[in-house]
Amino acid sequence: MSANALKGVRNAAMLIAGLLVAWQALYWFVGDAALRPPLATFRYTLNLVTSEAFWPHLSETMRAFAVALAIAVSVGLATGFWLGSHKLSSQVFEPMLVAVYSIPKITLYPILLLAFGLGMPAKIAFGAIHGIVPVALFTINAVRNVRPILIKTGRVHGLSATEMVRAVLFPAALPEIFTGFRVGFSLTLIGTLLGEMFAAQRGLGYLLMTAIGLHNVDLIMAVTLLLITFAAAVSSVLLAIDRRLHRRI
Amino acid sequence: MSQASAHVSLRGVTKTFPSAAGGELHALGPVDLDLRRGEFLAVVGPSGCGKSTLLELIAGLSPPTAGTIEFEGRRIAGDIPDGIGVVFQEDACFPWLSVEANVAFGLRKSAIEPAAKTKRVREVIELMGLTDFAKSYPAQLSGGMRQRVCIARTLVKEPRLILLDEPFGALDQQTRLLMGDEVLKLWRQTGATVFLITHALDEAAMLADRIAVMSARPGRLIDAVETNWPRERDSRIVERPEFGVITARLWKSLREESLKTIGRAK
Ligand SMILES: Nc1ncnc2c1ncn2[C@@H]1O[C@H](COP(=O)(O)OP(=O)(O)OP(=O)(O)O)[C@@H](O)[C@H]1O
Ligand SMILES: [Mg+2]
Repeated sequence: MSANALKGVRNAAMLIAGLLVAWQALYWFVGDAALRPPLATFRYTLNLVTSEAFWPHLSETMRAFAVALAIAVSVGLATGFWLGSHKLSSQVFEPMLVAVYSIPKITLYPILLLAFGLGMPAKIAFGAIHGIVPVALFTINAVRNVRPILIKTGRVHGLSATEMVRAVLFPAALPEIFTGFRVGFSLTLIGTLLGEMFAAQRGLGYLLMTAIGLHNVDLIMAVTLLLITFAAAVSSVLLAIDRRLHRRI
Repeated sequence: MSQASAHVSLRGVTKTFPSAAGGELHALGPVDLDLRRGEFLAVVGPSGCGKSTLLELIAGLSPPTAGTIEFEGRRIAGDIPDGIGVVFQEDACFPWLSVEANVAFGLRKSAIEPAAKTKRVREVIELMGLTDFAKSYPAQLSGGMRQRVCIARTLVKEPRLILLDEPFGALDQQTRLLMGDEVLKLWRQTGATVFLITHALDEAAMLADRIAVMSARPGRLIDAVETNWPRERDSRIVERPEFGVITARLWKSLREESLKTIGRAK
């Protein structure tokens, strides 16, 4: 176990080192107009995160993301459990979900802006619609694939419908649901940032868009670095949990 | 045996399933059967004859297509009666729970206090020879051990009627005999009625007071053999001359039916 963990840390360190080398090499190749070298970026990022002006943007994005994710997960789970355990409704609604999944969500953004106006609610809604569908689709499959014998076992122990969901369906489906959560997490983050990039006055997405407008390469690089680091760190934690959950099956 | 005094009573019980071709598959019956209170009944029959179907009907997991089933004088109609414990043919352990927690699941609905609960769980785990694995997860156990977990989860409830669907199918012959002894001991101690499905004729002959023989699908009862064993008994009963006589009689009744099943499968 600890030998494995050590190996994991070593692999991660090697990956990061490799990425940094590639980054530096790319910088030498394309030059100052489009890129900054790693060291300069780190220095700039440090300055950025210690500056007063940065925190409102970060907190805005994080709040929007947290609420969007909470909505995506709760609506996705509820939809998933409902459709996963009702054959008829799933025959009707599942194809719709798949269709929604494949639409580029950006085409819905103007409608959302009209409905919610500029600002927090529109961002949250845009983030959430990215996450709901994958969470729902994974949950549907997870619930549907619960072995019938486990449900029968629940029944012979006299479980009510809610107890069945809590004590049998949910834990049995959890590994698969968690995979859905992982995908939902990434997509909700993308959705929230996209929302900020096109219609907002605050947030990391807005900051990035302004930086692009001003051709502030340092700022672009710094914000991108922060976002990538955040996404990669959370994703690897989620992936580790995911693997652990799947090991018991 | 009158219907009123029987612990479980089946009258004209039939089950059909919708078949894949759009027609009907006649899986079972009509079956008439009474279980005496405290009786150990074994059911043998060719593969696919409807044994598991019969068990699920008695457990109240699905309603019969025709006929009636009564447990302790109350009609079972697709609801799950209290006091019945079931061990299924398939592995039914909850993979996300430890052995201990799986067994404790059996006591979810009982009102006993936590300390007594823990004690009882521990006792049953010990009885099933799983003490060293109490903290393990099902994925870390062999198939036979997982089946023992399921048996423990059922026994811990102290059901008045125990339905067992080939519970020793995954065990080797020696362990089977020993587990059979344990079941006999429990049966004597608890006074429960036992309904045991098995494909092993010697197991049926060794354990049961009475053995019901089923025909090929649709399963009907074609023979019932009383063993007349004393209540105090164990696996050494196989040494008795009557044991051979009973097994031979079972095989005589079954041979023809089993041939039908194989012939159909070809
Ligand atoms: N839910 C179901 N839907 C449709 N057909 C079913 C269902 N359950 C059982 N059957 C059919 O009913 C018949 C009897 O099945 P059952 O499982 O009761 O047999 P069995 O005697 O327990 O067999 P085995 O000894 O192999 O366990 C089989 O032909 C089976 O395919
Ligand atoms: Mg069966």
